[in-house]
Amino acid sequence: MKQLMTGNEAIARGAYEAGLVFASAYPGTPSTEILENLGALYKDELYAEWAPNEKVAMESAAGASIAGVRALAAMKHVGVNVAADPLFTMVYTGVTGGLVLVSADDPGMHSSQNEQDNRNYATASRILMLEPSDSGEAREYAKMAFELSERFNTPVMLRVTTRLCHSKGIVEPGEREERPHIPYKKQITKYVATPANAKVLRRQLEERLRDMEEYSNETALNRAEYNGEEIGVISAGVAYQYAKEVFGPEASYLKIGMSYPMPMKLVKEFAGRVKKLYVVEEMDPYMENQIRRAGISCIGKELIPAFGELDTDVVRKAVFGTETECLTSEKEAVARPPAMCAGCPHRGFFYVLSKKKNVMITGDIGCYTLGAAPPLGALDTTICMGASISGAHGAARAFGKAGADTRVVAVIGDSTFFHSGVTSLMNVAYNGSNAVSVILDNRITGMTGHQENPGTGFTLMGDPAPEVDIPALCRALGIKGENIHTVNPLDLGETDRALDEALLKDEPSVIIAKWPCALKRFTREDRENFDLSPKKCSIDQEKCRKCRLCSKTGCPAIYSGETVEINRASCTGCGVCRQVCPFDAITLEQEAGK
Amino acid sequence: MSQVKNILLVGVGGQGTILASKILSEGLMAAGYDVKMSEIHGMSQRGGNVSTQIRFGEKVYSPIIGKGEADVIVAFEKMEALRWLGYLRQGGRMVINDFEIPSVPILMGAAEYPEGILEELASRADTAVFPAGEIADELGNEKAMNVVLLGALVAVLGLPGIDWEQLIRANVKPAFLELNLKAFRRGQEQVG
Repeated sequence: MKQLMTGNEAIARGAYEAGLVFASAYPGTPSTEILENLGALYKDELYAEWAPNEKVAMESAAGASIAGVRALAAMKHVGVNVAADPLFTMVYTGVTGGLVLVSADDPGMHSSQNEQDNRNYATASRILMLEPSDSGEAREYAKMAFELSERFNTPVMLRVTTRLCHSKGIVEPGEREERPHIPYKKQITKYVATPANAKVLRRQLEERLRDMEEYSNETALNRAEYNGEEIGVISAGVAYQYAKEVFGPEASYLKIGMSYPMPMKLVKEFAGRVKKLYVVEEMDPYMENQIRRAGISCIGKELIPAFGELDTDVVRKAVFGTETECLTSEKEAVARPPAMCAGCPHRGFFYVLSKKKNVMITGDIGCYTLGAAPPLGALDTTICMGASISGAHGAARAFGKAGADTRVVAVIGDSTFFHSGVTSLMNVAYNGSNAVSVILDNRITGMTGHQENPGTGFTLMGDPAPEVDIPALCRALGIKGENIHTVNPLDLGETDRALDEALLKDEPSVIIAKWPCALKRFTREDRENFDLSPKKCSIDQEKCRKCRLCSKTGCPAIYSGETVEINRASCTGCGVCRQVCPFDAITLEQEAGK
Repeated sequence: MSQVKNILLVGVGGQGTILASKILSEGLMAAGYDVKMSEIHGMSQRGGNVSTQIRFGEKVYSPIIGKGEADVIVAFEKMEALRWLGYLRQGGRMVINDFEIPSVPILMGAAEYPEGILEELASRADTAVFPAGEIADELGNEKAMNVVLLGALVAVLGLPGIDWEQLIRANVKPAFLELNLKAFRRGQEQVG
């Protein structure tokens, strides 16, 4: 029966139908729902897990493939940077069971720190690449990716973008084909990538590439749609859908579904049959450069933007210079930037931290990146996962050498710490800088929508799991026990004392700010370990002097207008505003009957 | 491409735009249309604005629309209606929930919630304004405002032969079914 599915749901469906056995991922927008769907919908037939990071996910999937089953690793574009190490070598070794890497790119940076075009990874690593253009194709291509992986003895990259991942379209699901386990055989020359073996594998890769290119020219994944001969358009992915709408039914199209290796014979033939050739692709001139290198002239990035997200409007304006007339108003809507939620445990910590003078604060990737927003402004850097602690170490050493007395505090979430902060903290301990590392442990992976991680006590499939003991881990890494403090970040006094103590020391220290995310579905353990009983704050208008200090915490439940008031529906009674109020005007009461 | 209809649902994270657009697109698919729906989420739960686009017709290519292309915009919040005005087609219709959610700069006192939004929009486009939040609250739960707005949208689209109540039944918890069915009907009555 036909169903409306997002691209991510369709990828999960296609992989399931292909007989997928093992799937692993680290959550990251826009890729997260692929594993969530695999784990929730198909858990009787396959196994899905969250890995602590993308490299682990990719290597685990590689191991499963070598052991003889179909395996998948999914990640956002920047996750592929982390997983690039196994990726490049797995292209040499090839696979046993089909191995698929889903790379979900984010043109326009809806929720990412950069918009790198991961099609470049295909050229760099020589991995076979497929690019679906809607949900129907996402299912179909995901399924095919496993077949092609086994047929050409290569991992396959299924490259998608935010618009595909998060758009729904009609999908016709099929049945799952169970695959017999491929019996394990020791293959030292194939899988032990010593220089001697790798040299042979590298040569073999060239032969494989020739076969793959031949296939690329023949497969229905790459198809010419001949209409008029005036205009021809080469396009791939969701950009193909925009092109179809902008250029209309008179133009001819070469729709590229397999974009590495590119079907250059097909491209030449197509180019020869149209008068004017356009290449419509999002972000880098990936196809255009290859087409031009083959001596074919085309129109591409001189018209179509090379960064940002495309849509029909952008393409139409770029190609034909026409713009749809639109309604305007002199009135302007006030911006609605995302903010830390009411009751967010990060707020208390950032409020205290923002008051410290002569401190550089290195941030990381997660909800707490919002600590940089006004009114807190309590972040100096955000680069990538793990960079908070490593960056703090380098900065602390630099300030020390330069004779500056600026201190450095790193802030990183629990999930991000497990992702790539552990080795960074090992470095702080080993190389002994006085960086203060703060682990904001809100008991869940927050920003991507509450995925389990090694600290939460549960797996993706809902099974109980051992919890990482963060203080013990820090001690094992070499941080002295007396320099590790666990605090309640909603208790401003306790947090302040811990920070002051850490900043007084000229050696590595760790603060664990531990309180569950306000949006989290609390577990029994959460209720046992934290006072999560429903509470509400309210402002006594008699006592309020309108100094508005409470609103400087940036809490979205506090409305600072003519009077200052707390919205009862959104307040969680975290009590941060109450501690900030100099006039004792804010009361905290237990909510009865809940 | 003229037969393809474009609908834009805009609001603030947590207002239930996603459920409304899910029911709508399932109804359209059941009626035999090609449907594409696109949403942007990620940081929306943290107070940001949310938008969902639904396109339907005989054959839909792009999952998203450009400025000046929406046939109907349903704004779950007034200021969001103003923000997305540029996406309305000349002659398109705007269904507006008379409901305010101040954003963080407003909460902090750094900006003011714009006044006279409804009059401004009425002077530029064909608007239908009603307090979906109050209506839902009267029926027992303010949160059902999304289904009130869905009812109004369905009435504006005027697509006969789709069993919306069955779709609501399939998409809400039994305990909230009566509330949502009432909310849907009240929404339908709001637009002429």
